[in-house]
This record gives sequence, structure tokens and C-alpha cells, in this order.
Amino acid sequence: MDKKEAAKKLIEMFGSFDAVGVAHSIVVEVSKYVIILLFAVYTWHCFTVFFGKNAERKDMVYRRQNKIMYAIHFICSLVLFLNSLDWKIALLYLAQLAFLFFVNKAYLYVYKNASKLILNNMLMLLMIGFVMLGRIKQSFAVRQLVFAAATCLVGLFIPLIIEKFHSFDRFGKVYAVLGICMLALVFVIGKSVYGAKNWIVIAGFAMQPSEFVKIIYVFFIAAMLARASDFRNVLVTGAIAGVHVLILVAEKDLGAALIYYFTFLAILYVATRQPLYLAAGFGAGTAAAIVAWKFFTHVQKRVTAWQDPWGSIDDAGYQVAQSLFAIGTGGWFGMGLGEGLPSRIPVAESDFIFSAISEELGAFFAICLILVEVSCFILFINIALKMARRFYKLTALGLAVEYIFQVFLTIGGVTKFIPSTGVTLPLVSYGGSSVISTIILFCIIQGMYVLNCREEEKIERETAR
Amino acid sequence: MKEKQRGNRQILILTYSISFVFLCMAGYFVYFMAVKSQKVINNPYNKRQEVLAKKVQKGKIVSADGKVLAKTVTDEEGNDTRVYPYNDMFCHIVGREDNSMTGIEGRQCYPLLTSHANPLKQLGNTLQGKKSPGDTVVTTLDYKLQEAAYRALGNHKGAVVALEPSTGKVLAMVSKPAYDPNRVKQDWEALTNDSNEDSALVNRATQGLYPPGSTFKVLTAIEYMMENPDTYQKFQYECKGSDSFSGNIINCYGKTVHGTLDLKSALAKSCNGAFAKIGTTLDVSRFRKLTEKFLFNKELSVDFEYNKSRFSLTEDSDLGELTQTVMGQGKTMITPLENAMIAAAIANKGEMMVPYAVEHVENDAGQVVTQYNPESKGQIIEESLAKKINKMMQAVVSEGTAHSLQGLPCTVAGKTGSAEFDSEGTSHAWFIGFAPADKPKIAVSIVVEGAGTGSEYALPIARQMFEEYFGN
Repeated sequence: MDKKEAAKKLIEMFGSFDAVGVAHSIVVEVSKYVIILLFAVYTWHCFTVFFGKNAERKDMVYRRQNKIMYAIHFICSLVLFLNSLDWKIALLYLAQLAFLFFVNKAYLYVYKNASKLILNNMLMLLMIGFVMLGRIKQSFAVRQLVFAAATCLVGLFIPLIIEKFHSFDRFGKVYAVLGICMLALVFVIGKSVYGAKNWIVIAGFAMQPSEFVKIIYVFFIAAMLARASDFRNVLVTGAIAGVHVLILVAEKDLGAALIYYFTFLAILYVATRQPLYLAAGFGAGTAAAIVAWKFFTHVQKRVTAWQDPWGSIDDAGYQVAQSLFAIGTGGWFGMGLGEGLPSRIPVAESDFIFSAISEELGAFFAICLILVEVSCFILFINIALKMARRFYKLTALGLAVEYIFQVFLTIGGVTKFIPSTGVTLPLVSYGGSSVISTIILFCIIQGMYVLNCREEEKIERETAR
Repeated sequence: MKEKQRGNRQILILTYSISFVFLCMAGYFVYFMAVKSQKVINNPYNKRQEVLAKKVQKGKIVSADGKVLAKTVTDEEGNDTRVYPYNDMFCHIVGREDNSMTGIEGRQCYPLLTSHANPLKQLGNTLQGKKSPGDTVVTTLDYKLQEAAYRALGNHKGAVVALEPSTGKVLAMVSKPAYDPNRVKQDWEALTNDSNEDSALVNRATQGLYPPGSTFKVLTAIEYMMENPDTYQKFQYECKGSDSFSGNIINCYGKTVHGTLDLKSALAKSCNGAFAKIGTTLDVSRFRKLTEKFLFNKELSVDFEYNKSRFSLTEDSDLGELTQTVMGQGKTMITPLENAMIAAAIANKGEMMVPYAVEHVENDAGQVVTQYNPESKGQIIEESLAKKINKMMQAVVSEGTAHSLQGLPCTVAGKTGSAEFDSEGTSHAWFIGFAPADKPKIAVSIVVEGAGTGSEYALPIARQMFEEYFGN
């Protein structure tokens, strides 16, 4: 049922007076401005809550952010419902609402002292993903909800796990062996999707090992470099990290390869405090990129599509061109939820979800979304800065960089700022592997922070005694 | 405490760098939205017109003097039809909506489907389920001039382009055979039939490639004057109606004996022998550079479908090709638009303006939404030289092949041409020119296919256009 039919049916149901029709259009039309306004206020709080020390006031702001999230969720679902009068949307809304509410309460309880803003942002991003996926295809939203709920349940135990096994930093090379084996698994039982051979199917579930390995990969580097940062150790760590990256290159998973490489450089730089490593790393990376561009046609294609998507619009440039059409036609305020044409954008539900969001909810909304992602990153860094244990500090930093670099690749790619590399927008894009690994990433950082606070409290108590 | 903070400085450096990159990306995104997106979305591969058309009544396309050239009418059942009140008169420049959009319809599709009406009014419309009025595209086209050109070309195949030299505004653009954009769906099969030699869908004015014939002598003369700034006035040639250059025979039109000529009278009388003689003295690579400054072999950066004009003379070309090329035969191919741009550049004292056909876009209340401004391609030739060639082109009218343009309310400068295109000597009739010669307001380029000489077929069209534009 489309919008017009839905309006007609509503008028029939409530008698034949125009007021219902008008009310219907008011909700559908005015909602997009309300959503942008609400999200802008939310984003504003993400950056301004740090000014001022009043803890009570801060709590009030966090609660307001929560209310805003619930409001946006309600409005979006209402619009989707009014445009289709599909009761399944109402059911889905209730299930999502229950999820958001439960996670919010439970995490506040389990993750004491953790950053409430990070939690708010995580739920906000998940919620935006739910709404957009529900609009594109309901089954996506259902699956996404199931994966998110299961992972969040597991996430409740992560602080406990971290606390129990606090010798996490002893297994540096074990992580590496495990990671490389998992990555290499795709050569044995792998499956190609969109030109990249980076999927495996186990018991009917398709998953992307690189999404999971990226967490223990950070563990591995952090563990190795937390112990010692002499040249020999750096060389060994670099070589093993290089094996990870090379496997990903061989799988043609360029986005993941870039994320892995950049994450290694960032941790290395912080661990050694040696800018030369960073410079050398960038130099080598640039050289490798040029070589890849010279010799691999799939790299050349991406670059051509980036330079001039219009010239190859039938072929390599198609995705980027369609993405730009969507963003451009949507304009600053968007076409309105359900009013755009995201089905025209290839893989709009995952790699190109940012374009679909910008098309329907508007460029203002999309810019706020970028800012919320940046806010998450800054909060992660804030945690990394406060960490006392070296391993925790490097892990938090590594995960933060991994997260933000992925955001950069996906948004930069779909807006033609950089060549598109085909990675997901964390928490928003559809995809089990992606959403699971990102929630775990959030939980680990938060969990380490909780632990860090507890350890510091202990030290303080001991010194006081 | 120290141990705890080790590496924090590096973390902060990384954070600032990454935040800076994000700032750049957000800046780029804003730039894309504010500046580039309008042009980007206006692409035939963007299929969102139908989505927009649900909310907006597609706007009108009007001529500079307010005549409606295209509009959308909605019948009682709410079905939209695009109507072209002047049928085939503006079909190429204004374009069509059905069967893949062309012309202004295609290039301005998204502005036409965007409403800049009062936001409250728009909101009111949407709430009542009404469409908001789309923006109006105001063209640079002069209805009367277009009509005059359309009539004057009659049933001939060919094209007419009229530009305003100081701005590049397209005043008129006619291509024939034409087709009726109102009926393009029904007529599509006939229009695209292989055996149909009319090629009515092609805009000959911008896409038709013709040998330039003697109109090209203007460029040859410019090159000669640039290479011999001090001596060109002493140029002399004795025309006997026919001449031989190392075995290449060059005949004047009808083997007319022109007698003793200087450069000015050689251009006025369009003496082939004299120009072949000039050609043998020219520096080919410099000549090539000049033609490329006049945008042969180059993109025109105009906002309509066009073909690039071709100039293919090189240092390796033989003498036969050289002598043919300098008088406008050979392998040179030119569009009527390009020839109009050459005439307009000379008229505009050597500065070439990029032709454009959309003056501005306005909302339903007449407020300007987007203004299109003249764009210069720079000074192609020096002003003094442009003035000299202008004088020489005036002589073409006062004492040469275009004498039938005398007696108009203003002086005309121009050049005729007859471009042979097959071995039987059938030729296209050409005329390029501008008026008033001392302060040009209009530059024209006219080609009549397979008609014969320029003086017989192209000049009467030019005359009717000048008469219309300046009043009898």
C-alpha cells in the first residue's frame, strides 16, 4: 500500500471528512523537519555536555538524549506506519522499543561509571539503522534486531569476562595465530560477494571473519607492543600484522586491509612515541597503494569510479553515481521517510546506507550523523587517555581508530570524498558480522573503562590506608 | 602517574589529525550539497523525476520575451501532459520530455521539477494533496527571431544559430528537418527508422558537422595577418580564375577572373587562388594552434548536446590538403554553432563568450532562483586584429559576395561560403556574420544543406533575420 492509498483508507475508516486526511499529511510532511531538529539537539548535547562540572545537570542531559532517541524512533515508525498501515511495522516498533529500553537500563546497571554518552550514541545509531532498514526491507530490520539483541545480551557479561581474565595481555601471539587462521579460512570455505572473497558460511549463517578478527587483531598488537617497543619487537609485530593485511588484500577486501594497516600504524605510533615509524608507515602505505593501483584492475576500477563516476556510469561508476544522485536529490531536508528511491542505490542497506539516510532524512541529518560518529570516537579516545594499564590504553586506542577509520572509509566512499572501498557504517548498516563486532567493540572499551575505574579506586583506597 | 600518561600526547596528535580529516570530509559534503549537487542530480541516469513529479507540477520553459515554449497541463483525472505550443519550431533547443529527454528539457529537468514557491504555500499545497508549481526556466531565446529563422529556412535542410556576441546568449537556434515534440511518442518509429534520411532528431545546429567552405577564409586571413603584421597590407595576387600550386589546380568559383587583389578584396570576392597562395606561406603548427584557440578539436563547455569541430591539418599534410584546407575544404569539419562562435568572437572584439540558452530560473512569483551569467573563453585574438578583420568582413557586404545584404537599417559584416561535399560539386550554402558592424548586437551562422552557393540561399535567410531583429 502506498501513501495515497493509506490516506484514503484512513479517511474511509474514520468517516469521510477531510480532517483525517489533513492530519495524516501533517504528520508525514512535518515529521521530517521535527526529526532533523531533534537530532540536531541530540548532536549538540554530544559535544556540549562536557562543559560544566555539574553531575546532576549532565545526567539530565543524558536523559534528555534518551527521550530524543525514543521520540525520533516513535515519529519515524509512525510515519512508516501511516504510509502503509501495515501492522507488522507496529509490532516491529514495539520489539525495537523493548530492546532499546532494556539495553539502556541493563547497561546502566552493569556498566557502572561507564560513559552514558557512549551508550546513548550506540543505541541512537542502532535505532537509526533499525528505522532505515525497516523502511528498505522489513526482513532486514528483523534480522538486525535479532543480532543486536543477542550481542547486547552477551555484552552484559563482557565486563565480567575482562575482570576474570585480566591476563589478556599475555597471549599476543595466540591472538595472531587465531586471527590469521580465521582470515585464511575464507580460502578454504570462502564465498565471493561483490568481488571480494571475504565471506564464509557456517550452518547457514554467512559471516565475515575480518569483522571479528579485527578485535583480536587489536589485542594482539596491543599485547605485543605493551610489553616492549624495541625495534626487534616492532619488526616481529609488524611482520605478523603484515600477514593479516596481505591475506585481506588477497581476498580483495580492500576496506578491511586499509583499516587493519592504519590501526597497526596508530598503535605503533602511540606505543613507541616515534613519529618516524608513522612517517615510514605512511610512505610504505602510499607506495603499496600505488603498486596496487598499477597492477590490480579492481583497484583501478575503484579509482576511476572515484575520479569520474559519470564517465563509467554504466559500469564501475554506477554505485557512486547513484549514491550521489540520492544524496543530491534528497537535499538538505530530505525527501521524507519512505518518499525517496533508495532502492536505486546498490546495497543501500549496508555499504551505502548513509546515502539512503541522507536522501530520505536530509543532508542536515546526515551531517549530524557524522558528528555523532565523531563524538563516539572522541569518547573512546577520552577513555584511552585515562587508562592506566598500557595494554588497555593501546587496545582502547586501537579499537577507537579501527572504528573511526571504518566510518571514514564508508562515508568518504559514498560521498565521493575518497574512492569507495565497500565497508559498512558501524551499527547502522545491515549485516550480522558488522553489528555484532561493533557492539562487542563498544562493550570492550566500556568494560575496560569500568575495570580501570575500579582498579584506580582500589589503588586510591590502598594508598589512603 | 607518569607511566599512565605515556603516549597520551601521541594519542592526542592522532585524534586531532583524524578530527581534521573528518572536518574536511564534512566540509566537502556541505560543498557538494550547496554547489555541486544541482548539476550532479540533473543526469538522465537519475531516475528520481517521477518521485519529484508527485509533489511538483513541472515548470514552464519560456522565451526571453515571455512566450511559453513548454508547459505541463493536468487533465481532470490528474494526468499530466507536457505541451509544446509551437510544435516543432523550438524542438531541438527546447528539447522533448518523452523518449529520453533532450535540450533544455533534459538539462533543466530537476530545476523544472523543483518548487521555490513560498514554503508556507507549498506546505498548504501538500496538506491539501495539491502539487506545488515548479520553477520556470527563462531562456535567452528571442521568439520573433526564432520564428523568422524558422520561416526563412523553409523546407530546406540546414541550421541557423544566432548569438548575442557580448554575452554568448543564444537568441535563436533552428535545425531542419524538425519534429513535433508533442507527438514524439507516436512518431518515434518513423523518426528513428533507418531508411529515414531526415535525421530530424539530430540538432544540426550543434551536432551537424559540415565542411566550412569559404567561411573558413576568415580564420586563414587572421592567421596570415598574425604571421605578417607589418606586410599583410602589401599582399597582392593576380587572379586568372585558376592557378596551380606544384600541380594542385585551384579554381575560383565558376572560374571567375578576379584580377588584381589585396587581402581585403581577396576575402570580399572569396578568391580561392589568393587564399591557396596565402596557405602555402603559413606556419601550419601556428595555424593549428589558432584554430584550437577558436575551439576546434576542443570541448565547448556549452550546456547542450554538441559535436566537436575538427581541424586536422598537420606539418605532415601534403600541399594538396593544405591548399584545400585554407579555403575551407579538405578535412575540416565545423558545426553551425562553432561557426557562430567564431563570428561572435570577432564581433566581440576578439573575446569569445560561451553560448548559453538559459537566462535564469525563477519561482512562480517571478523571483530569480538561479541566474546564469555570461562566461568568457578569453581573448582569442587581439582587439586591434578583431577590428581589422571586422572591417574586411564589412567589405564582403559592401563590395563582395554578400552585397545582397546592403540596404539594411544597419551595416552588416560577414562571409559567405559554399562547401562542396561530394565529387559532383553539390555544395552547402553558408553565411556567417554580425550586425551592426560597429557595435554588434547579433551574430549569425547559417547553413543550408545541398543548396548551392551561400549568396543564393543563405543570404536571404540572414537578411530576413536582420530585418526582423532591427525592424524593416
